[in-house]
Amino acid sequence: MTTQETGWRRDKEGLGLWPHQGKVAITGWGMSPVDRRWDGISMNKTLGAYAILASQLALEDAGVKPEEVDGLLCCEENMAGAVGGGSSAIWAPRPYFDSPYDSEDGLTVVSGEWMLKNMNLPNVKYAPEHVPAIGEQMGMAAQAVADGMCDVALVVYTANNLEGRYRQGGENEDDYVGGNRQWSAPWGSHGGLMYSTNIPLHEYCAKYGTTWEELLGPFVVNQHRNGLMNEWGFYSLHGASGLTYEDYVNSRPIIYPLRLWDCDRPVNAVGAFVFASAERAKDMRHKPVYVLNHNQGSGGAARSTQEVLEDTEEAKARVARMVYEGSGLSPRDVDIFNPYDGYSTFMPTTLEAFEWHGVKKGDAADFLKGDISVEGSHPFCSGGGNLGNGRTRTAMYIDSIEQLRGTAGRRQVTVKAETAICAFAPGNSAAYLCLSSSAP
Amino acid sequence: MPKPIPLPNELSSPFWTAVNEKRLEVQNCTDCKTLQYPPRPACRNCGSEKLEWKETSGRGHILAFMVVADGRLARTRPDQPFNLAVITLDEDPRINFYSNLPGVPAWRAPVGSPVEVMFEEVGPGQLIHEWKLVS
Repeated sequence: MTTQETGWRRDKEGLGLWPHQGKVAITGWGMSPVDRRWDGISMNKTLGAYAILASQLALEDAGVKPEEVDGLLCCEENMAGAVGGGSSAIWAPRPYFDSPYDSEDGLTVVSGEWMLKNMNLPNVKYAPEHVPAIGEQMGMAAQAVADGMCDVALVVYTANNLEGRYRQGGENEDDYVGGNRQWSAPWGSHGGLMYSTNIPLHEYCAKYGTTWEELLGPFVVNQHRNGLMNEWGFYSLHGASGLTYEDYVNSRPIIYPLRLWDCDRPVNAVGAFVFASAERAKDMRHKPVYVLNHNQGSGGAARSTQEVLEDTEEAKARVARMVYEGSGLSPRDVDIFNPYDGYSTFMPTTLEAFEWHGVKKGDAADFLKGDISVEGSHPFCSGGGNLGNGRTRTAMYIDSIEQLRGTAGRRQVTVKAETAICAFAPGNSAAYLCLSSSAP
Repeated sequence: MPKPIPLPNELSSPFWTAVNEKRLEVQNCTDCKTLQYPPRPACRNCGSEKLEWKETSGRGHILAFMVVADGRLARTRPDQPFNLAVITLDEDPRINFYSNLPGVPAWRAPVGSPVEVMFEEVGPGQLIHEWKLVS
């Protein structure tokens, strides 16, 4: 197994335990400020400036000097804004600025090349291109260290949010639709997870005798509560949402029954993480958090036009089997569970597929409206995720690291925190990361 | 309401030709007899490339519905909110289609009700398959 091209991916069942358990650890994290948008003026708040800042904070947290970094994994994904449309957003067409902001690089995206030019990282020998989004990026970094491509890897993940209504430009302005969109756009679906996960939740509610609001409302409110216990989160920095269950129920529909507060808030921010070989990690500032397993790929897709509950349950069960197989964990072994919550709709079926705290099919509603606070015995999504912190896609990882270190402060759970599963795994993605406070 | 207009490609062209002739056809795997929609190069069930087009009954049921209140498509935004229902095909409920349920007010789609296919012009000479309640 190597890190060349896609050979590093663990994207199917039957691969067995990750053979590098205990040999790679996460040793640091850093977050830039989390802004709603870049104002287009402040050069100290660009994505590039924030990437450098987050990286410096991550290295400081790890107790690592820039010259010790020999691997750099920057994801050049750009996410939100109107111009560009579809799944991307760009600054152009506009006049650029003086170097280093004389192109999209540093404003819309941050490439490894840009980082190497603008941050003092003199000894990087491994800096791949086409690094995937953070869910798979974290696994790629772990595998790179395991394979000896580098000893100390810096992972940088950017989240932009340019001006304009979210993704209402580009292909979404077209009169004609080809490719997969010819099967959905003529009826008004722009595609994506707010549709694909919506109908399965309808079916779920009908099948198990609950309502959308009962199923998701308490969870969303708890995410905002947890997020406020992060000093770096959007609502901590810009004012609490003060979200109540009634606010949630009465919030405006987006793709009904999906409401505004079922969706994470796009932000402009950068997160960074340090991965190191266990040998190097033992001398760093904090107790290493060891990687038990990483996965990529997908559990499966819709059989027809629209994903239905059967598709979702089958796919997520496959994902859970992959994650558990590779980590050697079983549901009862998992102390901290921070799955991805870009839409709240991901949660019930994910929780049930992983059977966390014994939650089986049909149990999620009762579980989620019970005590899932960090103080209680079922501290689900203890980091507050994207819903509680803004769409940085980093909270799931940061919280898991801090819980296992025992440094989560007000969020520190009162139950055992020795293992964690965390993810940026949209829909039926298998991009999970399994962590342990001790080497197996 | 104005809708985005489908652009057929090599794979989908036979489907849209049939729709323009007011027939709803889906792929049928001649090896495992599985119906398939949207079309794919190979059977999702068995991987066979022996696929033929088969006309359906054009009858289905409303599985569930969403209401698009704040979507992203320029052509349909002026008509928000509108229903976006999922229709299962009677001869194989694993096959499903989208529908705006023409004539049914937003938020009032009768889940579980029978529907039948109809055809709606969305561009010059280009029809799409839509669904109406069976009275």
